[in-house]
Amino acid sequence: MAGVGLLNFGFEFLEIFAFIVLATVGLAVIFGMMGIINLAHGEFILVGAYATTFAFAAGLPLPLAMLTGVVLTAVFGLVLERLIIRHLYGRLLDSMVVTWGISLVMIQLVRIAFGNAAPGIGIPFGELPVVDGPAYYLVLGVLAVGVLGGLYALFMWTDFGVRARATMQDAETARSMGIDTDRMYMSTFAIGSALAGFTGALYAPVMTITPQYGTGFLVEAFVAVVVGGSSVIVGTLLASGFLGSVNAVFTNVTESTFIGLVAMLLAAIVTIRLMPDGITGFLETVRQRWGENR
Amino acid sequence: MQSGSDGPTLAVLEDRSQDFALTGTPKYRTSMLAIEEINRDGGILGEEVDIFAPDPQSDNMLYQDLTRHAIYREDVDAIWAGYSSATREAIRPIINEHELLYFYTTQYEGGVCDKTVFPMGATARQQLGAVVPYMIEEYGGEIYTIAADYNFGQLSGDWVQIIAEEHGGEVVDEEYIPLSESQFGSTINRIQSADPDFVMSMLVGQTHSAFYEQRLASGLTDIPIGTSTNMAQEYEHLRIDPPALEDVYAGVNYMQELPTDRNEAFVERYYNRWDDAEYINQEAQNNYFSIYLYKEAVERAGTFETDAVIAELESGIEVEAPEGDITLDPETHHMEHNMHVAHSDETHEITFEDAGTIGPAFLEEVGCDLTSEAEQTQYEPGAYYEGI
Repeated sequence: MAGVGLLNFGFEFLEIFAFIVLATVGLAVIFGMMGIINLAHGEFILVGAYATTFAFAAGLPLPLAMLTGVVLTAVFGLVLERLIIRHLYGRLLDSMVVTWGISLVMIQLVRIAFGNAAPGIGIPFGELPVVDGPAYYLVLGVLAVGVLGGLYALFMWTDFGVRARATMQDAETARSMGIDTDRMYMSTFAIGSALAGFTGALYAPVMTITPQYGTGFLVEAFVAVVVGGSSVIVGTLLASGFLGSVNAVFTNVTESTFIGLVAMLLAAIVTIRLMPDGITGFLETVRQRWGENR
Repeated sequence: MQSGSDGPTLAVLEDRSQDFALTGTPKYRTSMLAIEEINRDGGILGEEVDIFAPDPQSDNMLYQDLTRHAIYREDVDAIWAGYSSATREAIRPIINEHELLYFYTTQYEGGVCDKTVFPMGATARQQLGAVVPYMIEEYGGEIYTIAADYNFGQLSGDWVQIIAEEHGGEVVDEEYIPLSESQFGSTINRIQSADPDFVMSMLVGQTHSAFYEQRLASGLTDIPIGTSTNMAQEYEHLRIDPPALEDVYAGVNYMQELPTDRNEAFVERYYNRWDDAEYINQEAQNNYFSIYLYKEAVERAGTFETDAVIAELESGIEVEAPEGDITLDPETHHMEHNMHVAHSDETHEITFEDAGTIGPAFLEEVGCDLTSEAEQTQYEPGAYYEGI
């Protein structure tokens, strides 16, 4: 019996861990690499989910429908970056106001265009024996780790990654070394958007699709980004692991989802208080940009 | 309070954007349908009805502004407003101050005893009183309650406990879940290990409806679910692919699928008027019949004057609603609803069991009598029942 209990617990952890990683990763890339606080993050996820849902309803097989979601969100991000976001680099607070506005407009546009509800997809792969949970959550867990691994490889081991990091560290010098920084910003934003779209696509079968869908990811995403600190990939991994285990342990011990959520948020507060790295990187940027803006 | 020579004005404040758009839009649309029909038939007391119906955007601050606007600038004769109880309680002080006639039409936790307020929706006691005894009869007495963690969910959980005890059932465990929660793995695990005879679900909102997809993928569909919130409000049985809502039983006074001639004609008129509409939810029907109820009361009174209209509403008035002929209880200002247990099968086809007429029993028990005492109160069950 204890073995089954442990398996159950592990499975619950996996569910929460995958959710936090996938909710966070797109936001973390855009914030960590570009210093844009994207309050429309949820609506990037929304684009991915809607594109997936309607592609699936139109008859595409689910993996292709999901790919459609990712591609469309990346294109959506690209267009937005060219039209609006690129004017906001280095203007942290302005970027928050503008992306918040984009978020409100997106939610209502989706409502006007597609109505208050979208067709469901249904969770694939059926039920897992022993833990009696959706087998799909295993896929989500593997993909969450896979996404982080892929990002690490991209930014650490490729030419593109070196250029992108150089641009983020010192755009002037990077430009003088012959790097097209404008293009680097553009592609990094597109990658962040594609990741958000990927999350929307993956969670389209699990959560009900409505115009408000994106807001369901925001708490976990922002808390994890702040707790994770300035390092995008390792930060996301550690924050998700930590917050996920606190949530799973407390939910299990107290048998209450509510206490699990409270414990997770309290843990985030304590972490930020005790581990300056997570929070100072964040505060330092805010203070710098704030100073520039005045 | 009264409108001048330029005819009566009714305020309809129902959400068409933000959080409550899904449930508010049908309420707005049936209200427009009713008023347009009434105007086509010669209005009320021979006067054409004007409409004040801006979008309150699911925002309680905006609701308060618009309610004041309706009173001061539009000089409205009556108001239909709000989906959630939080909205109702945000505007009720303004309505009390001006003694405005207010029809609140959402199914709600119950207990409002207020001279100028007419709660037209079924209360938690009426809905749960229909479905909980039915479930105990069909499946047995062990109940696992899951409910949204706020005022409405908590009070509904209390009512499940009270009604279960009255019918020889028992709540073996209960969990209140934050409205933002979308991952139900641990909750589903706990239900599986408790293995109750049935689950009572008072989950609320579009984030919570993810529970049903996850229920299916976790093989929980063998445990039936009773509910007072799902299907009749946010039509989960149409929004979510079958068979996620297999064996869900809802206590309702109305669902669009109700197979009577009168209702089918109503549904046809609605979709002719709004061809892109998605569903007529329970509260939308309540808006529709209560506007006709208001018309009847005004015509009996022969005036739009509020006190005279309330006196007629308190005279045991009856209305031909799409759900059937129903009566307004004079003492409590609530409806004696025709209740049904609506069952969704594995294809999400809805069938109905008649649960009879259920009145607002709780307010009668606590002695609410608005015909003799003009209160402005909300009673809660915790003060009247022990052990909850």
